[in-house]
Amino acid sequence: MTTKDHTPVLKVENLQTSFFTYDGEVKAVDGVDFEVRENETLGIVGESGSGKSITSLSVMQLIQSPGEIIGGKIELNGDDLLQKSKAQFAKYRGNRLSMIFQEPMTSLNPVFTVGHQVAETVKIHKKMGKREAHQEVIRMLKLVGIPAPESRAKSYPHELSGGMRQRVMIAMALACEPELLIADEPTTALDVTIQAQILELIKRLQESTGMAVMIITHDLGVIAETADQVAVMYAGEVVEQADVKTLFNRPLHPYTQGLMNSIPRHDVDVDELEVIRGTVPSPAEMPSGCRFAQRCPYASEICNTHPSLAAPSNNIDGHTDAGAVRCWIYTDEWDAEGNPMKNEEVQQGS
Amino acid sequence: MGSTVNQSPEREEFAKPESRFKSLLKRMIRNKSSLIGACILIFFLLIAAFAPFLMTHDPNSTDVLNDFQGPSSENWFGTDHNGRDIFSRIIYGTHLTLYVGTVSVAVGAVFGIVLGLLAGYYGRILDSIIMRVADVLLAFPGILLALAIVSALGPSLNNVIIALAIYNIPVFARITRGSVLEVKDVEYIQAVRALGAKDAKILFQHLLPNVSSPIIVQASLQVATSILSAAGLSFLGLGVQPPTPEWGAMLNSGRSYMWDNPHLTLFPGIALVLVVLGFNMLGDGLRDALDPRSKK
Repeated sequence: MTTKDHTPVLKVENLQTSFFTYDGEVKAVDGVDFEVRENETLGIVGESGSGKSITSLSVMQLIQSPGEIIGGKIELNGDDLLQKSKAQFAKYRGNRLSMIFQEPMTSLNPVFTVGHQVAETVKIHKKMGKREAHQEVIRMLKLVGIPAPESRAKSYPHELSGGMRQRVMIAMALACEPELLIADEPTTALDVTIQAQILELIKRLQESTGMAVMIITHDLGVIAETADQVAVMYAGEVVEQADVKTLFNRPLHPYTQGLMNSIPRHDVDVDELEVIRGTVPSPAEMPSGCRFAQRCPYASEICNTHPSLAAPSNNIDGHTDAGAVRCWIYTDEWDAEGNPMKNEEVQQGS
Repeated sequence: MGSTVNQSPEREEFAKPESRFKSLLKRMIRNKSSLIGACILIFFLLIAAFAPFLMTHDPNSTDVLNDFQGPSSENWFGTDHNGRDIFSRIIYGTHLTLYVGTVSVAVGAVFGIVLGLLAGYYGRILDSIIMRVADVLLAFPGILLALAIVSALGPSLNNVIIALAIYNIPVFARITRGSVLEVKDVEYIQAVRALGAKDAKILFQHLLPNVSSPIIVQASLQVATSILSAAGLSFLGLGVQPPTPEWGAMLNSGRSYMWDNPHLTLFPGIALVLVVLGFNMLGDGLRDALDPRSKK
């Protein structure tokens, strides 16, 4: 397909999604920016409650009340999605952008055969006749590696294993050859061997169609295997963004470093696993400064002011790889404020 | 699921899928209560269908010389105060009873299900409005509400059906809404939304089949209630008008002679009890058969 530095398929700018609860507004996603290009996979990683799933649901406009997208811009190949009417956008869902979910056990309707459900997507968007749609279903099921697709099409979801159901979900999502596929923890509910097969399948299908893929996960292993670009989310914000090699070789943000350090390693013998102390601040009482400051080992005075996501210019030890980080350490202000820091000290996470 | 997940897809083998209807039928037959209920109802359905061939007399021809006859080989269930053959009247009344019961439930269910789906799916103000109105209707005892409606519309068979249908609407709206609330946030509903399905499609094609079990059970139980209410209205003189041989009306006219000639009320009463029992047993059986937890 085309080269990677093309215009982005999906461009999200300053996305803000809030939930209006009885306790007041909860900013689940607060000013998130990212881009996904053709044939490229963006991994969004973060712990529970970091806003990664809400980000993906916002792109699909599947946010349920009391949630609401209150600001920002989402563009799909130049089309401003937030300006579309409900009916217009419904035509895009499943057609231009598609989504697969975490739980293959519950993402298929138990009362219909899987063939019927795949056919439905085709019928909604491609206006095919019954026979044509059936052939398309068989073709799709074969494409996602389901053996004996003719007879499997007649199976009900409960007759299939988790891996099979996820394959069916992928067949449904890709039936209309979307420009963007969002996979929200597609392998979390599957065991490791099936996980690898499913990731492999997504990758293979991406190579043949050139679609952009957004993969949401809390599993850094999945990110390392599949993503080209990575966005690390914390408390509703992107705290670090880089291509996958840079991120794993040289994590900049203290949170990313903490995540990397807490992965158990098989080659080092330790008594106690590394943890990031404390918990994510509740969205209702978010600190006004850096949101990670309370848990950050390097936190200082300046961290009471909210940092912005920017290319690092300080303390990067000569590295100038493209990427962005939301941390004062990597700005010139850090030294100006009298927090000189040795490079080795900051880089210890790598 | 655990054991099958580990198999590679190539080796996985599948049993031939059994249709839902077939497996439901199997479970129903295994359940004695629903089997007996179904048999009783089939029996009465056949009576209603073949009434013209089963009636030994004209149900409305009077024979005053032969009034108050006890059961005999000529008049199997005896004759009433006008000398009419009770057996033939009960046979003829069967279709009326079944008609009133099923039509009033069907009409009530259609409106109730649609309202329940809308209330459950869209929630918020629509939900509040629909459910508060339903609460008001449900606050009246069923027969009282039907009585009020029939007295406003005037006594006739169709008005009884309308009254009972109105009474049935909130019952179905409530049960549908409850089930929708349970199902609507399940991932497969979100998944079809993510695939671009419109609301109408989600409501009627995806939600409805998944909430149908409690509705079906409620419907069969509700038919029994409606039949009883219809008979009650007729008994009070507000339903089907004499000389139409409706069972409730027969009970009413036989009431005055009950002490000396109990057969006037006994036989229509037994018929009524049997039909109601049949629907109730079928309903209970269906509930067990449709309950996924009781699946083996």
